[in-house]
Amino acid sequence: MPKVTIDGHTIQVPDGTTILQAARMIGPEVAPPTMCYYSKLKTSGGYCRTCIVKVTKGSDKDPRPMPKPVASCRTMVMDGMEVVNNTSPEIVDARKGVVEFLLINHPLDCPVCDQAGECHLQDLGYEHGLSSTRYDFERRTFERKDIGDKIQLHMNRCILCYRCVKTADQVTDGRSHGVMNRGDVAEISTYIEKAIDNDFSGNVIDVCPVGALTDKTFRFKSRVWFTKPVDAHRDCPKCSGKTTLWLKGEDVLRVTARKDQWGEVEEWICNECRFDKKKTKDWIIEGPRKIDHHSVISQNHYNKLANPHYKKLGK
Amino acid sequence: MKALTNRSKVAVDKELTLMERLYFPAVLKGMMITLRHVFKKSATVKYPEVEKEFAPVYRGHHVLKRDEQGRENCTACGLCAVACPAEAITMTAAERKKGEEKLYREEKYAKVYEINMLRCIFCGLCEEACPKEAIFLTDEIVNASYDRKDFVYGKDKLVEKMDNRIDITKRQKKY
Repeated sequence: MPKVTIDGHTIQVPDGTTILQAARMIGPEVAPPTMCYYSKLKTSGGYCRTCIVKVTKGSDKDPRPMPKPVASCRTMVMDGMEVVNNTSPEIVDARKGVVEFLLINHPLDCPVCDQAGECHLQDLGYEHGLSSTRYDFERRTFERKDIGDKIQLHMNRCILCYRCVKTADQVTDGRSHGVMNRGDVAEISTYIEKAIDNDFSGNVIDVCPVGALTDKTFRFKSRVWFTKPVDAHRDCPKCSGKTTLWLKGEDVLRVTARKDQWGEVEEWICNECRFDKKKTKDWIIEGPRKIDHHSVISQNHYNKLANPHYKKLGK
Repeated sequence: MKALTNRSKVAVDKELTLMERLYFPAVLKGMMITLRHVFKKSATVKYPEVEKEFAPVYRGHHVLKRDEQGRENCTACGLCAVACPAEAITMTAAERKKGEEKLYREEKYAKVYEINMLRCIFCGLCEEACPKEAIFLTDEIVNASYDRKDFVYGKDKLVEKMDNRIDITKRQKKY
């Protein structure tokens, strides 16, 4: 059981834990942001470099610091390791550079994008990024590709995190989704224009940190912050049936899996639940979904009485 | 209780003097004040004939701008509606079809865009929130009406006409 210190918090973790997992055990104020790592997907992580941290002491046996910032999602902890994340101005600055790189080819179409409001890249850019770009060249663009009637692919928005590829690989059987080409022109795609029609293929929408893969049945229906998220479930023979419904009035505009505090799916849901059950009577509604009050989604949602006086009146 | 101003006078119930009882000097004094105001500059203007000039940043009703090619700027992103403290703005988005590229600038546009002018407090936060320079407040006053539904302004009233464009350059902030 190695002991690791991250930003001054010491924790004992099992063998084979990464720095990122250890930081998440401590809490969200220590945990580095992630764009490609996904705890539910094997071999994810190591592409985006958002989670870089500085190792100031390698271990008790070898106390030398690591020479460069390391990707915390891919680095195992050692006994006596000391790590700094947000407390190091060097790391904060380096992360700013990483965000700038991620945004180089990302289009500025948040007003059009359906992911806006729950986009991890938007949050990351807001917290760490510059407010303008220093890039003089044309942004990389791709031709619009149709990958079926349920999932919308916007390749221009993709940051190549590989999460969808790993989902298609590990959650669905018979993978028809992958990355074509290399380097600058790499793009996610379905093989030879083959539409993804697997039962669990819709989960690629939930794992996508940006708006590259979005729900076509929700396309331009409403902005996320005008919908009301509620937890609901149904008896589903294929999946757990535990979902979040995004309602507007009585209409179910969108169904997604429930996401934990790291924005990761709690349980995978099937396409039938996600795309076909768009009526409130299909679902048993449990109650409102707790949304972080910093999120724009919680705007104009009144789940608490503002005036304590009304409570006394029992209104 | 301590007086808030030093202008207050203590009321005394004493006998009036002869001058005060005559009453006429007090009337004369009052008339003098009235007469003096006749020759002063009036604080109001005679409205239909004379119109007062508006401040360059006057906040009247809204306009949805088009770009120089005549395409609507608004992409129904909903930021004006979420910024609106009075919750006066509602909208429905739609996807631009092929052949409509001359009408709308982005691939998404507002099919329905309504502002309830009775709810609107003309604070201008929508204008500030807009990332597409689509919505601006103008120097036009919301017309009076007998009917509440006349105050819900749809796209027919809000989107500017190409032959009657509205200049908002003087409202724009210079950074």
